[in-house]
Amino acid sequence: MQDELKKRACELLADGTVNRVLGWSAGDFFYDITPTVFESAEDINKNFVYNDFCGANLSKYLIAESQKEGKIAVFLKPCDTYSFNQLMTEHRLKRENIYAVGIPCDGKVSAETLHDAGIHGILAVKKDGDDLVCDTVYGEKRMAFDVAQDERCRSCKSRKHVVYDELIGEEGEVLDSHRFDEVEKLEAMTPEERFNFWQGELSRCIRCNACRNVCPACNCELCVFDNPKSGVFSKAASNDFEDANFHIIRAFHVAGRCTDCGECSRVCPEHIPLHLLNRKFIKDIDTLYGDYQAGEKEGQMSPLSAFTEDRDAEPSIVQKGGIR
Amino acid sequence: MQMTNDNETWEPKIIAFCCNWCSYSGADLAGTNRLNYPANVKIIRVPCSCRINPMFILRAFQRGADGVIICGCHPGDCHYMTGNYHTRRRMTLLFSMLDYLGIEKERTRVEWVSAAEGQRFVDVMNDFVGQITKLGRCRRLEDLRCRTN
Ligand code: SF4
Ligand code: SF4
Ligand code: SF4
Repeated sequence: MQDELKKRACELLADGTVNRVLGWSAGDFFYDITPTVFESAEDINKNFVYNDFCGANLSKYLIAESQKEGKIAVFLKPCDTYSFNQLMTEHRLKRENIYAVGIPCDGKVSAETLHDAGIHGILAVKKDGDDLVCDTVYGEKRMAFDVAQDERCRSCKSRKHVVYDELIGEEGEVLDSHRFDEVEKLEAMTPEERFNFWQGELSRCIRCNACRNVCPACNCELCVFDNPKSGVFSKAASNDFEDANFHIIRAFHVAGRCTDCGECSRVCPEHIPLHLLNRKFIKDIDTLYGDYQAGEKEGQMSPLSAFTEDRDAEPSIVQKGGIR
Repeated sequence: MQMTNDNETWEPKIIAFCCNWCSYSGADLAGTNRLNYPANVKIIRVPCSCRINPMFILRAFQRGADGVIICGCHPGDCHYMTGNYHTRRRMTLLFSMLDYLGIEKERTRVEWVSAAEGQRFVDVMNDFVGQITKLGRCRRLEDLRCRTN
């Protein structure tokens, strides 16, 4: 696949369709992937990478890149195309400056998961049946691919590209994921158990803001958490209020716009399950206002911008325990 | 974490956000009619119930509130036409999220109170204060640095 993408990227540059290509390159290690803009075929041939570690969603980078001179090609995995549509809906992209290439994805892995499982010195990885085989300096190591892949890929909602100018590979399908299972487990707990669960998770937050900065929905030029007058301290949390405040507000701001792309949970250095917050909103919205998938189509009206006069549930439904 | 009201001097602190056009006038009417509602209810006037940013509610809990109630015009009667329709969706989702994080769902409420419903305002507040008194103190989001007593 990598060679195919490289070839296509070079062609797009050569025939003048675009003057830049947004893709991935590797850092010191081959699994150390970073989004990169390429300007020449030479650069692409030398540095362009597409492998099992290319989880990074490139769509948010288009906010800045599409404002520049000339057209840019971008490679989008299925979940990234939902973010792309959502950004289009929010008028954040200059569509005429973008050439979107849909590419297939069968689940991404992060090196951290492998390291945590005690697999170090990784030289190469490949799939073998249901396993991920790692060639390491200590010999061959195996891990079930299902366990190795990122949470969002394990509960992938769709392998379908919802927008593209060109598709490489085959059109996938919307999947029947079980992404709300964990949310339901939490809902079944007592308030005290839930509080303790979240205290355990959120108190690890070091307020690095990676979850916000990587999120395609968090595309405000000025964020509430950057406002020195807000009285919200963006430094590491000192108590439960600070933690809950940051996390509730962040999740609330993206409610109805979050495509569940999973970037926030992927980048969190503290492994805080942010998707459990986002999915609670998604689940409640689906239950109360009808099934809604942000980014499915361009131009959709967010359920938090819309209302019905006579059919919306009253807030007392929460007290009655009705949303579960 | 949860403290029961074994402390005899404990009185619940309730923050009531009231919309200027309906509920605040409703509270005013209760006052001019000399109807009593509990003194633990601190009213904050807002131009419209949809002016309420979720952060206001979190802030109230940060500063020691035990319950937060939002009062606005009845659906269809918003002075700005659609404000309370937005409040209705937002607060439903927010309260559900607060409950999900362990802030009991009984501590938050939305009630529609018109300018003519002075008695209803009083009944709602009495009921809410009773509910919060039963639940006891809310310490889960309290910020000790904000304590004044
Ligand atoms: S947290 Fe809220 S204000 Fe900040 S970038 Fe995200 S959506 Fe915007
Ligand atoms: S909140 Fe997380 S899952 Fe949702 S759009 Fe942002 S990064 Fe993606
Ligand atoms: S990425 Fe994780 S640690 Fe960083 S601010 Fe977000 S939740 Fe906190």
